[in-house]
Parts: sequence; C-alpha cells; structure tokens
Amino acid sequence: MTELQAARAADSLSAPRLEAGSKRLRYLDLLVALAAFAVLALLPLVSDSKALLDFVIRCSAYGLFATSLNLLVGYTGMISFGHGMFFGLGAYGYGLIMQRIGVPIPLAFLATLAITAVVATIIGAICVRLKEIYFAFVTLAFQMLIHSTILSWSSFTGGDQGLRGGIPRPPFLGIDLSNHVHLYLASCVLLVLGLLAMRQIAASPFGYTLRMIRDNPMRASFIGIDVWRAKLTVFVLAALFASTGGMVMALFVSGAYPEFAYWTISGEGIFINMLGGVATFLGPMVGTVLLLILNDTVTRFTEYHGIVLGVVILFFAIGLRKGLMDFVVEWYTQRRDRASGQG
Amino acid sequence: MLDIRGLSKSFGGVKAIHDVTFDFPDGSLTAVIGPNGAGKSTFFNLITGALTPDAGEILLNGVDLAGRSPPEIVRQGIGRAFQVASIFRSLTVQETLLAAVGADQRRGGVLHRRFPLAETRDRAEYVMELLGLANKRHRTAAMLSHGDQKLLDIALALVLDPKVLLLDEPTAGMGPEERWRMIDKVRELWDRQKITVVFIEHDMDIVFKIAPLIVVLCYGRILATGTPDEIRNNGVVIDAYLGTEHGAAP
Repeated sequence: MTELQAARAADSLSAPRLEAGSKRLRYLDLLVALAAFAVLALLPLVSDSKALLDFVIRCSAYGLFATSLNLLVGYTGMISFGHGMFFGLGAYGYGLIMQRIGVPIPLAFLATLAITAVVATIIGAICVRLKEIYFAFVTLAFQMLIHSTILSWSSFTGGDQGLRGGIPRPPFLGIDLSNHVHLYLASCVLLVLGLLAMRQIAASPFGYTLRMIRDNPMRASFIGIDVWRAKLTVFVLAALFASTGGMVMALFVSGAYPEFAYWTISGEGIFINMLGGVATFLGPMVGTVLLLILNDTVTRFTEYHGIVLGVVILFFAIGLRKGLMDFVVEWYTQRRDRASGQG
Repeated sequence: MLDIRGLSKSFGGVKAIHDVTFDFPDGSLTAVIGPNGAGKSTFFNLITGALTPDAGEILLNGVDLAGRSPPEIVRQGIGRAFQVASIFRSLTVQETLLAAVGADQRRGGVLHRRFPLAETRDRAEYVMELLGLANKRHRTAAMLSHGDQKLLDIALALVLDPKVLLLDEPTAGMGPEERWRMIDKVRELWDRQKITVVFIEHDMDIVFKIAPLIVVLCYGRILATGTPDEIRNNGVVIDAYLGTEHGAAP
C-alpha cells in the first residue's frame, strides 16, 4: 500500500472537526435567514405603506431571478443572455395552470417547476456543450424562440396582451394570497427559502465543482469531473429558481405578459449582477434592490431614465470594475489584512 | 503496466505520432525526450484522452483506454500535469486539493453537505505535505510563484492516487535552482509513491541524472529506447537530437 493509499484509508477515520466547522456555517446561514425573515415579517406591523410591501415583493421576484443567474455567471462562468426565458416560463406556466385547470396553488407551483425542469433540461443539453459567446447567443436564441411562441400562440397565451382576466388565488392551508399581506409574506418566504437553497448549492462540494469549471474546465475534466453533466445540472437548478421568481411576479401582478420572457429581462439580470457583484453571494440581491430603487426614483424625475441607468452601469463597469458588494468585501478584506499585518 | 501498441495520430498530412509501441513497466520512471515537434505532448494528449488516436491501443493493466474521455481515463488511474501549470486560479491550495479529492471520490456533485467534506481531508493534507505546499495552503493559486503553481499542478494529479503519472515538462520556465528542487521532488514522490512516472524533459542533465529509462521520439516515431548510457552512446540519437554536448564523445 502506498502512503497515498494509506492516507485514503485514514480519510474515513478523520476530521469530525472539519465537518463541525461546516455545520456551524450552515447554522449561521440559517440564523441569518431567520433574522432576515423576522425583519421582513415585521415590516407590515411597523409600516402601512403598500408601496413598500410591493417593493419587497418585486425584490423577491427579481432577487430570486438575479441570484439564480449568478449561479451560472459568477459560480460557473456561463454567461447566459437567455436566462429570462425561465422567468417568463414560470409566470406563464403558473398563470396558465391556474387559469385553465384551477388546481391548488402549491400544486400549480410544483407543476410549473416540473415543466421548467423538463424545458431547461432539453435547452441546457444543447446549450451547455457550447463555449462562452456561443453559449450566450444560443441561450438568447432560445429565449427569443419562447418569446415568439408566446406572441404567436395567442389562443393559448393571450399573444401580445398576455394572460388577461387575472390569475385565480384560491386560499390554501389558511393562506389567502389575494390578501396583500399574505401575498407579501409568501413572497418573503419564497425569497428566503430560495436564497438559502442557492447558498447551500454555492457552499456545497457541487458549488466548488462549479468554481473549478469556471476557472479551468479543461483541467476539471482531467481530475475526473464530467463537465457537461455539472453544467447541465446547474443550468436546470438555476432555471428552477428563475421560474420561482417568475411565479412570484405572476402572483403579484395577477397575470403574465410577453415582456416577462423578453430578452430585456435577461439583460436586467446581467445588469443587476454587474451592479451588485458576482463574487459575493448576496451581490445580486443588493444589485436587485439598487436597480429597483434606481428605476423607481429616476423614472419619477425624468423620462431619460435609460441615460441615467447607462451612466450608473458605466460607473460600475469602468470606475469600480466590479459590483458594489464585491467592492465592499474586497475593501474590507484588504483593510483587515493590513490591520493584522501591522498587529 | 501501461502498454502502448501501434499508436498513431495525424493532423492532415502530418503524422504527429506514427505506430508507437512501448511498455512502461509498473513503478518505472521514464523520460520522454526529443526535439521540438517530435510529438511528445501529442503522445501525452493521446494517452490522457485530450486527443483521439487514429489507430492503436493504450492498455492500462489490460484495459484499452484509447478514445475514452479524459474523466474516464483519470478514473482508470492515469493522472497528468501540464507544461503550463493548469490550476484553478481563484481557489486556495487547500480548496483545490480538497475539491479534487471530492471529485475523485465521486462526491463532486453532492448538494446537501457543505464543502469541504471531512473524508477528503487526509489525502489532501498528505499531498500538500509531500509537495511542500502545506505552509501555503491558504494562498490563492493565482498568487503562488511559478514553481509553486507547477507543484500544485502535480499535486492535483497526484491527489487522485493515480497508477500512472504523466508530467509534461515539470521544470519548464524555472530557473536552475528551482529546476533541481522540482526534479528532486519528482524523484522523491516516485520513490515514495511507487507509481509509474513518465515525464517529458528538455534538460538532458536532469534526464540523464534521474531517469533509469529513456524514450527518444523524433518526427512522431520512437527513435531509440534505453538507459541513459545507451542513449548517450546511440549515434542516431546524437545526430538527431543530442549533438556532441550531451552525447558521448565519438
């Protein structure tokens, strides 16, 4: 037996400490999530502003979408220009199921996720074989295909008018989503659970496999990683969270519109990631809040809001060369390292 | 035992590897040498699945690996380090090796547990110690010196517990002192691990000092094989590659 084989045999006997450290981090995440949810849940008690609750619901929808995009962009190095198709698919899938079949809401959620998984597997199986710009443009092509289908199949999707007449929200388990506060709390629950799940993915061994693929896919295959399978898996997982964001949006506006599946949604997702940062898990969430605040305030003062947003993008892309959270984390780390060096 | 039988690969009209047959005995240390364009790296690319051979067999303990994908070949027990260090730049040394062990244990797809897995620690730790990287474990790979990046590349191959380790110019781009330190490491890990090591090297002083067995490739064919003394005295090899500086005086 070589020494390496001996070390391999010893692996199974070792390191409860390492496992304990990982567990502590998981509990810490859970604690942070619970605290965040508690703060959000208290909001309706301290403020009667409907606009504020609406803002948080929109943040939930876009935050889930943007963070899921970061699983592809930031963690795996797959820049998708078509991720918005799954946001649209979630909104339309959920809306159509509720309008045409009228099942309980949780069942419609699960059915929409199942549909998204099937579609994402088919599209992903084709796209993830491609590299860099080819991947980006083929995902965009699929998004435009889905968008065109929504527009042209008007007997089923409502065409350019979208799903009209509202989406039914039958009460379930004592939860009535036609009640604004209930809808708000449900959105917060989905946001917190979604973020927790994505955090777990990012911090799992699979998350590190993704980082290796991002850094050097060729080397990853030479240590035995099936790169195609790992990419397809994260593509489908990210699609599921984007679809959940779309469902939250459909619940919020009680409808689904072709814009939800248009390429601009994907563009906003990439913009959010640039704004908040891709190297920090909460970067896209911060980017979402910033973008929505910018959108809401700038559009109130000027019709040229596009120019203002363009300037902001340039500031982050050329000025900081990274998203806000990445900038802050890097600044803090450097400061801490300098302080410990002096100490 | 790694047996190469009639291996061939052409790029258009150029025969990069032509009908190469050679056996690498278990536990041997073999140097592959030859002029630029001799087909040395292509030879490694064929063995590791980066290229598909046009003909021939690559038998590892009787199992033909020709045409299989790199992950399949790695799982059969062939590890590889590259001429230009091929590493994961954003990961630390420790993370790199822990993740590589996880991949080798087929736990790279685990979603419900946190990284790092406890059962990956000892192997990563052992290889870090073996290659002198333990005190740099928290350094990001991109921040390592060139020599340490090459060591990390070798560590990545070694941590998978291969039966055969292929090293493509392990000393490329290093200064003289760093070069000898690296080659001592290669020699040490061969001694300790008892695995088959095949390495490509241009520095004949290094080759003649540490390799008990040498294969000379030229224009995709095996020109000669033998011990350092046999190669040094081989007139054909002297004419084609060594010249009079490294060849024995006529």
